[in-house]
Amino acid sequence: MSEDTQTVANAETAPERRLNMIEAINEALDIMLARDPDVIIMGEDVGYFGGVFRATAGLQAKHGKTRVFDTPISECGIIGVAVGMGAYGLRPVPEIQFADYIYPGLDQLISEAARLRYRSAGDFIAPMTVRSPFGGGIFGGQTHSQSPEAIFTHVSGLKTVIPATPYDAKGLLIAAIEDNDPVIFFEPKRIYNGPFSGFYDKPVEPWKKHADSVVPEGYYRIPLGKARIVRTGEAMTILTYGTMVHVAEAVAREKGVDAEIIDLRTLVPLDIEAIEASVEKTGRCMIVHEATRTSGFGAELSALVTERCFYHLEAPVERVTGFDTPYPHSLEWAYFPGPVRIGDAIDKLLKD
Amino acid sequence: MAGPVDPEKQPAPAPDGNRPSLSLHVPEPKYRPGDTVDFSDIDIGTPGGQPRPDESAHPSQMGELAYSLIRVLGDDNQAHGPWNPRLDPETLRQMLGHMAMVRAFDERMFRGQRQGKTSFYMKCTGEEATSIAPAMALASDDMVFPSYRQQGILIARGYPLIEMINQIYSNKADKLKGRQLPIMYSSREHGFFSISGNLATQTPQAVGWAMASAIKGDSRIAATWVGEGSTAEGDFHSACTFAAVYNAPVILNIINNQWAISSFSGFAGAERTTFAARGLGYGIAALRVDGNDALACFAAAQWAANRARANQGPTLIEYFTYRAEGHSTSDDPSGYRSAQEREEWPLGDPVTRLKAHLIDIGEWDEERHAAMDLECAELVKATTKEAEKNGILGHGLHHPFHTMFEDVYEELPWHLEEQADQAIRERIAKFGTERPFG
Repeated sequence: MSEDTQTVANAETAPERRLNMIEAINEALDIMLARDPDVIIMGEDVGYFGGVFRATAGLQAKHGKTRVFDTPISECGIIGVAVGMGAYGLRPVPEIQFADYIYPGLDQLISEAARLRYRSAGDFIAPMTVRSPFGGGIFGGQTHSQSPEAIFTHVSGLKTVIPATPYDAKGLLIAAIEDNDPVIFFEPKRIYNGPFSGFYDKPVEPWKKHADSVVPEGYYRIPLGKARIVRTGEAMTILTYGTMVHVAEAVAREKGVDAEIIDLRTLVPLDIEAIEASVEKTGRCMIVHEATRTSGFGAELSALVTERCFYHLEAPVERVTGFDTPYPHSLEWAYFPGPVRIGDAIDKLLKD
Repeated sequence: MAGPVDPEKQPAPAPDGNRPSLSLHVPEPKYRPGDTVDFSDIDIGTPGGQPRPDESAHPSQMGELAYSLIRVLGDDNQAHGPWNPRLDPETLRQMLGHMAMVRAFDERMFRGQRQGKTSFYMKCTGEEATSIAPAMALASDDMVFPSYRQQGILIARGYPLIEMINQIYSNKADKLKGRQLPIMYSSREHGFFSISGNLATQTPQAVGWAMASAIKGDSRIAATWVGEGSTAEGDFHSACTFAAVYNAPVILNIINNQWAISSFSGFAGAERTTFAARGLGYGIAALRVDGNDALACFAAAQWAANRARANQGPTLIEYFTYRAEGHSTSDDPSGYRSAQEREEWPLGDPVTRLKAHLIDIGEWDEERHAAMDLECAELVKATTKEAEKNGILGHGLHHPFHTMFEDVYEELPWHLEEQADQAIRERIAKFGTERPFG
């Protein structure tokens, strides 16, 4: 019996605990700091204060100042020193306060962390999990709302992981930290506190009412590269991730469409088998992401589905995305790929 | 000169009111091709004239060392002053031997590139002391994060020459599997971090390694090398900031060889201040050293290593030297600088100076030196022949195709597996077999 299943088995007999996504992430970090003396956490405001979203709250007090500490405001420096720490043998988990701030660290991520194993033929590796809140829907304007995942999926050598529930956030984060490749771990900040449905004019439900907020205590991992079938269906396949999982689910429910919704969880490596199996079954495919449209990850998904499932398709693949503009402030909900845009795409996909 | 008015070429708007018009300063080196060179304006100070503070000195108490030049070897070939590291003759001969070996190696590899055996090479002629002496001052398990002109470190640490040549030839024995541009070595075993090729990225990485060593309560320190031109990169600023903030046990070496390809050091700020002075703004101990004086280079590196190991934090060292050859085999410096610069360089040649010192103290002679040079050349030649059995670039003796897809990730994901199959199918379509050259 593996350690993974053992822990889950024990958890099944334990009383049910419900956590929001921040709490689940905090718990994963706490567990990994305790399990592995080589794990360190660093980033802007993550130490004494515990992070602007509280993801690292209490961790410095518990694990000490040399395990969890604040950094200068320098994303290039944060990622750069993380590469050196990885070369030493540590397993750094740097936080970039907002995904929108990650760009000064891109050279260290793209040319260094992602390429180190390859260029040194395995002599040196850069195991690191770069955590960063991403996505909009919080009136963050253009510098606190972006979804830059496609920049990273385009880079060979990086893995890109995006959880959509507290249960997944904990298990995927633990798996990411244990992974020996650099992982970009984007946390959809709109759903830190509740599974946002996209109906922004309705009250937000807290996580405690959602089944996937049940988070077992202790260590468990969800393997990278495995998608999750959110709900099974026959009429169409919806490929999505992050916040949009919940929006797509709410719209399908509202419209009474028998959609199969797949939460990809990991964009690279991608669970192509789950995608092919679903699309071959339903014959229709819709892709939903919040990021801008042109060269977005949806383009890659659309190409893959077309290349691999073309003779099963009964209609062209539909992409529902944000617009190709910077993320606006006052017109946030006009930008956001919400229920109207998704609903129209569902109608179009089912028309023929 | 009257003519039709071109609306695109209107004169700049007149200054507003009494304010003077502004002008842009674009730096220009003193000498261009064909110019007569006079370096007498460079203040090189006096050998032995610089004070040597205690390794625990506060950076503000030793500021002058960021502006002067630490020198040991005088024109009289004797070692002078408090920075004299007082190395025993055997160590001095070893240092000279490493420098001679690097020079012989550079000569042969440069020629090999010209003969079409590889695509690229970079010499470090004139700068040998700036990597060999510091490498000898460090412990063998201290970690180095070099730039691309520090082959001297590998020589000093006993990395096998044949591994260097296999890498340069990208052949089937290349430990980096033919993936990297020639001279971008990597050897964890020798504490030598993988060379990037992107500039200054290694500087925050060295700081991170040093921070990790401090986090773990280790005793090993880190050192990094960066060219003066590359200090303009943001990474260098990040490195200095993190090194200062966390008191990291790291040595930040700036090789000021005056030229970044065709851009003179003025394009990195040298017209206004020294590169060592960069350290003072961060509160980092800063030393400026005659980079062609192997004893001064050793002494400065030893001071910084002692300081780091005693938990007194980082040191920034500027090695003031001259890039005697082109940037690389792809560069022709006669197109942008005066050939006289090399001859007129006021601090001479590092090999010549150390050799003269050893002869002067009665520990070396011309015959032995000539014999050593011959021995180095013979060894490099024989090793080159040995390496050529593993192939030279473009002659088919490379690693198997599938290795192209390995090490992108720890495990091969499905999409790379598919692409690997495709590459091998293409290979077979062209040659009828996956490995036409065995």
